[in-house]
Amino acid sequence: MRTMARGGQGTEAGEEGAAGSFRHLLSVADLGADGIAEVLRVTDSFVEVSERAIPRVPALRGKTVVSLFFEDSTRTRLSFETAAKRLSADTMTFSASTSSVKKGESLRDTVETITAMGIDAIVVRHGSAGVPWQVARWTDAAVINAGDGWHEHPTQALLDCYTIGQARAGAASDVEKVFAGLRVAIVGDVAHSRVARSNVLAFAALGAEVTLVAPPTLLPPSLAGWPVTVSHDLDAVLPGAEVVYLLRIQRERASEALLPSLREYTAGYGLTRDRSRLLRPDALVMHPGPMNRGVEIAAEVADLPCSVVTRQVANGVAVRMAVLFLLLSHPAQLEPGVAVDG
Amino acid sequence: MAERERLLTPPRGGVFVPRAQVMSADDVRRAVTRIAHEIVERNHGLEDIALIGLQTGGAPLARRLAETLGQIEGTAVPVGTIDVAFYRDDIGIRPVLPEAVTDISFDLSGTTVVLVDDVLFTGRTVRAALNALTDYGRARAVQLAVMVDRGHRELPIRPDYVGKNLPTRRDELVDVTADGVVLGDVIAR
Repeated sequence: MRTMARGGQGTEAGEEGAAGSFRHLLSVADLGADGIAEVLRVTDSFVEVSERAIPRVPALRGKTVVSLFFEDSTRTRLSFETAAKRLSADTMTFSASTSSVKKGESLRDTVETITAMGIDAIVVRHGSAGVPWQVARWTDAAVINAGDGWHEHPTQALLDCYTIGQARAGAASDVEKVFAGLRVAIVGDVAHSRVARSNVLAFAALGAEVTLVAPPTLLPPSLAGWPVTVSHDLDAVLPGAEVVYLLRIQRERASEALLPSLREYTAGYGLTRDRSRLLRPDALVMHPGPMNRGVEIAAEVADLPCSVVTRQVANGVAVRMAVLFLLLSHPAQLEPGVAVDG
Repeated sequence: MAERERLLTPPRGGVFVPRAQVMSADDVRRAVTRIAHEIVERNHGLEDIALIGLQTGGAPLARRLAETLGQIEGTAVPVGTIDVAFYRDDIGIRPVLPEAVTDISFDLSGTTVVLVDDVLFTGRTVRAALNALTDYGRARAVQLAVMVDRGHRELPIRPDYVGKNLPTRRDELVDVTADGVVLGDVIAR
């Protein structure tokens, strides 16, 4: 549990070690298994906060969190803003469509302008991969990647890990035990999915065995270095899978000639009612949302007890509270004279 | 909160070197028994009394106190634990992390809460606990029980029940366990 604290010292000394880079949350890979376990442990406390009559703590009073969204999003942006508000931080929202970006302001000028207002964290979503890394170089605020292109979406991976831990162990306390050898199938449009990339990194870091199930056209051109196995046969994978993670199929994929038709995708890779009979009794069905009922998941299946889709959303707020708290509660500078006791 | 844990965390990480045993296991047991009797006496019984231990050092002490109260009066007292990390005033000054999930499964409104901690020092943890408690309901009254009061208060807070008043230097460390109370120093690694 001391990983983050050590990380704080590392950052101060100017080091950028695995845990030391937790000044920002850019990639879930930066956290490593220990960092992920630490976030999930702290999340337990914020789940308790979220269940209270007044779900608010004063932990980040006086801090300002900006959501800088260059892409449409409802659930991620609202989830981050709710998390910040429950920590008593102030929130500001920036959406590209109503800003000076329309007048031609560059990303760098936008970031520097926002930074000059004196803020503590920037939550970035952008259509291009790598933007959060750029933003982190232009600001001294903590940067949280809320999705960059097809690249990464680390808080989604963290909330998925938490949801699996919660469903399979009651609490996330022994998360590494839950994930050791856990058979996870990620099904769908892996090529265009930042959720898939972050989740593969997180699940594999925690020791799960990940299988990607997709038609060849929806897999990335190269999977070299990915800690996964690949299958094109969902019916063969389903009976062994303990977690079935369905990705959203965007309707454009059919017009881009990557799929013959959505119906054909559903026939081969959709979790239909017939196919759901192949699921293990203890299997979990997950989806990052928004769901296309009738395409990648049948309406009845989405409402089965093994589906934890709503829990994923609820846990999203608690996980983002944990991330914001861990990033923003760090001492900028340690004062030697302060009593550490009470 | 247990001093041993807090003082040994980074950035101040060090090794605890015990110097003097100030209470034996029997002394602690007797102090728990006395405090339990004082709680009953002060409150004229145990009606609407609830114990809440501060994570982590106060939690086992609160459970022990509840057991003893049960033996004395023959009634079960509700026990909860509270983690005050999110209410501390030193967030951003030193690394603050929650130690355990708060567990208060009963309504505080109308109860007399006895906050239980192992060591009372600056009073800042208790200040944070008082703020945290108001988020769980409006207690009729809040009292404070500690095993060791070591002085050096920085806030106007005083305990209602004390196991032992122990004069200390600011840089010493008081370690309270079921095996007794030990005074010692933290030597930097």
